[in-house]
Amino acid sequence: MSSLSTTPPPSVSPDGRAGTLPRTGGRSSERRGDRVFRGLSLGAGLSLLGIIVAIAVFLVVQAVPALRDNTASFLTDTVWDPNAASPAFGIVALAFGTVLSSLLALAMALPVALGVALFISHYAPRRLAGPLGYVVDLLAAVPSVVYGLWGIFFLNDKVIDTSAFLAEHVGWFPLFGADGIYGRSVFLASIVLAIMILPIIASLSREVFLQVPTSQQEAALALGATRWEMIRTAVLPFGKPGVIGATMLGLGRALGETIAVAIVLSPAFVVSLDILTPNSGNTIAANIALGFAEASSTGRGALIASGLVLFAITLVVNVLARAIIHRRREFTA
Amino acid sequence: MTSVRTPVIGGLQQAALPRRAVAGLAAAVVAVTALLFSVTDLQGTAGFVVVATLLHLAAQTVLSRVVEGPRRAADRLVTTAVVAAFLLALAPLVSVLLYTLQNGLERFDWDFFYRSLRSIGARDAGGGANHAIVGTLQQVGLATLMSVPLGLLVAVYVVEYGRGRLAATIRFFVDVMTGIPSIVAGLFVLSFWILGLGFGYSGFAAALALTVLMLPVIVRSAEEMLKLVPNDLREASLALGVPRWKTVVRIVLPTALPGIVTGVMLAVARVMGETAPVLLTAFGAASIVRTPFDGPQSSLPLFIYQEAASPQQTAIDRAWTAALTLILVIMVLNLLARLITRRSKIGR
Amino acid sequence: MAKRIESIGLDAYYGAFKAIEDVNVVIEPKTITALIGPSGCGKSTFLRTLNRMHEVVPGARVTGRLLLDDEDVYGPGVDATGVRRTIGMVFQRPNPFPTMSIYDNVAAGLRLNGVKGKKVLDEAVERSLKGANLWNEVKDRLPKPGAGLSGGQQQRLCIARAIAVEPQVLLMDEPCSALDPISTLAIEDLMTELKDRFTIVIVTHNMQQAARVSDRTGFFTIEATGEPGRLVEIDDTQKIFTNPGEKRTEDYITGRFG
Repeated sequence: MSSLSTTPPPSVSPDGRAGTLPRTGGRSSERRGDRVFRGLSLGAGLSLLGIIVAIAVFLVVQAVPALRDNTASFLTDTVWDPNAASPAFGIVALAFGTVLSSLLALAMALPVALGVALFISHYAPRRLAGPLGYVVDLLAAVPSVVYGLWGIFFLNDKVIDTSAFLAEHVGWFPLFGADGIYGRSVFLASIVLAIMILPIIASLSREVFLQVPTSQQEAALALGATRWEMIRTAVLPFGKPGVIGATMLGLGRALGETIAVAIVLSPAFVVSLDILTPNSGNTIAANIALGFAEASSTGRGALIASGLVLFAITLVVNVLARAIIHRRREFTA
Repeated sequence: MTSVRTPVIGGLQQAALPRRAVAGLAAAVVAVTALLFSVTDLQGTAGFVVVATLLHLAAQTVLSRVVEGPRRAADRLVTTAVVAAFLLALAPLVSVLLYTLQNGLERFDWDFFYRSLRSIGARDAGGGANHAIVGTLQQVGLATLMSVPLGLLVAVYVVEYGRGRLAATIRFFVDVMTGIPSIVAGLFVLSFWILGLGFGYSGFAAALALTVLMLPVIVRSAEEMLKLVPNDLREASLALGVPRWKTVVRIVLPTALPGIVTGVMLAVARVMGETAPVLLTAFGAASIVRTPFDGPQSSLPLFIYQEAASPQQTAIDRAWTAALTLILVIMVLNLLARLITRRSKIGR
Repeated sequence: MAKRIESIGLDAYYGAFKAIEDVNVVIEPKTITALIGPSGCGKSTFLRTLNRMHEVVPGARVTGRLLLDDEDVYGPGVDATGVRRTIGMVFQRPNPFPTMSIYDNVAAGLRLNGVKGKKVLDEAVERSLKGANLWNEVKDRLPKPGAGLSGGQQQRLCIARAIAVEPQVLLMDEPCSALDPISTLAIEDLMTELKDRFTIVIVTHNMQQAARVSDRTGFFTIEATGEPGRLVEIDDTQKIFTNPGEKRTEDYITGRFG
């Protein structure tokens, strides 16, 4: 595949001119056409890199004035009051809520997603694998605002019941502390996030599981392995880097998800592990959507500054995920 | 001779649970769960299913371990768990679709599609999402117009011209860009276009944000499609003395066209549902804004978000109908995209 | 240790397509039986029916009887994983597990069967690698990945992996077709050594190889495309290559066909 894309046909040099042969065939206008086209496509490629740089630059530029007016420490304080006369805002509560809700979502989504991926790649009848995979992909097609709507009007009631049950029976668990009021909580947000990242992890994992060479699966089976033992011996070790990459992409998605969380969560700027109760957390992205309409000029800058932190976190997560996936691709090729 | 711990009945024979035993076990587990729910304070359908599944997993594992040995027991456990995971993943999809359908049909009427929210308060019945639909079409249309040519050029560079470190870098960052949160794209346009250059909220600003989100999706899918075009075609054209750029434009792109169209449709379906970047850049409006350059504009997802925030049932009904409309459009786009790829697979 | 195999009226299908028909054959313990024939004649399919690897392919099934000593491999209550534990297999291309070390590759089958304890495993790994004539070459790098070995070494690693679980029969599906002549020779020598402990069935495209290593040779062929493959004859290797009973066999061996 890569040879197809990078190796030029033997007799033609990269710019389309005919190697060392006399250049009788190439009229100069055509050569100019080639140069222009090549230049255009190169420019497009560079502009894409430019956009990523520009995102960072413009967010910094717009965040700096607000950060300068900030009377609190942005990186170490939990307070969020940027619209006040003496603005004070810190990222800690928001960053904590973002990471906590995303990790919870990951913990819920990952086992199910792996089950789904294995079901489609190794358990479902071969002919059904395609359609079933498509059905799971449809989960990713539902817009986040619709998940938010469903989450607040349908799921919240169910989660309130579950939360009450958990608090009553396993309340000793650090995450399940509560004061009798449940719902619109970090728990609800995490469930919605889990549903949203599940198809991402499932479809990428399914792809790598399907790529496991038949010869290795047969090697395990020929040793007398059961289906599960074959998967454990041949499929999971082979798919591990891909699954790790997929998981991190899912994490990146959860960290940045905005509107669904903004709809279902009753936010508060606190660092708390009580995931079952409302007003026990917030996320960077949801806070931007919720606070944007009423933000003062400094408030907007503060939101942009928080967005910059989100950008940095997701960038790191994504670069790591892609690096893992890319390395694996080279390894198999 | 190695020790084989599995219970073996003479040579190759191996004890196995008959199908009937497993079915009987499932029935027994359901009965026990029902009993459990009637005598304790456990309740709810979902809870019933969860408890029954866990009980079944446990009982089946114990039974299988005794009769068939630990290896078969583990195999059965995983098989049941994998099927359960799949069904569990389908549950929210089915629930979201049914619930949206149920609530969305209430206002799925003529007014909804032909009226806006102009002079309609949250308390008022009637009103519609015409302005939001118009906004979505304009914003997504503009974003498509901007991102498709640019994205195709990037893909052409990466596949046809690029080699070495630069192309690899671009390819890598296209992937990274796919992971940029949509709210960050919105913040970017807000910082750059609205606050930086002072243009104000508009449908066009929203289109810029959506372009940032569509671009990597289009590049990725177009790149995959261009790679699928057989090299023979390129060589045949080049051997005729056709310059490389004409080869790309006349031979390579048309061959890859169906796949590229699919990629564009999936990208459109994806950004059509975006709320956060539109909120930050178009802000929203209650009446029809004819062009995307005339100040704040609404869009379908933004309409849902803003109507759902109202405590009035009439507004919430409108939100559900908009959600139903949005899901229908996105599903149709996904379905069409899938049909196109199925009908034309390069190299098959 | 080694067991006798007998197939009676064995048919194998891929979906609706019948790949082999009515194969009747007896394979004696501690012998090497070579299966030869043109491409697509069903010899590999037959080999894969012997340890129930055939049914791994979706839609594939087998009818007829296949006896391992006195037990029907396809009888009711027989578990395919148990059959495969008893009848080991080596594939056309070396397929060590790429994520595992040399040691772990050899120990893989034992671990699946619940064998634990470092000492037991160490002994078994050494014994198997010695049995596969690979010990001297790899004893200093057992924790290194198996994928780092040469093709011939990888194939011997796969043989070590197969014999580590002490099977009764060893099936080899063109084990040398991806190897150079020197590695091929090493594997052929190994086969004659392993014959003392296992019943060996080998599929090969290489008639010289069949003549060199096997005690008995079976010839498979197909009448035409779409027809099922059939066993034309099976006899002492000496006889098949000097004085075959069937003209089709003679044509194939002398190169007039196939």
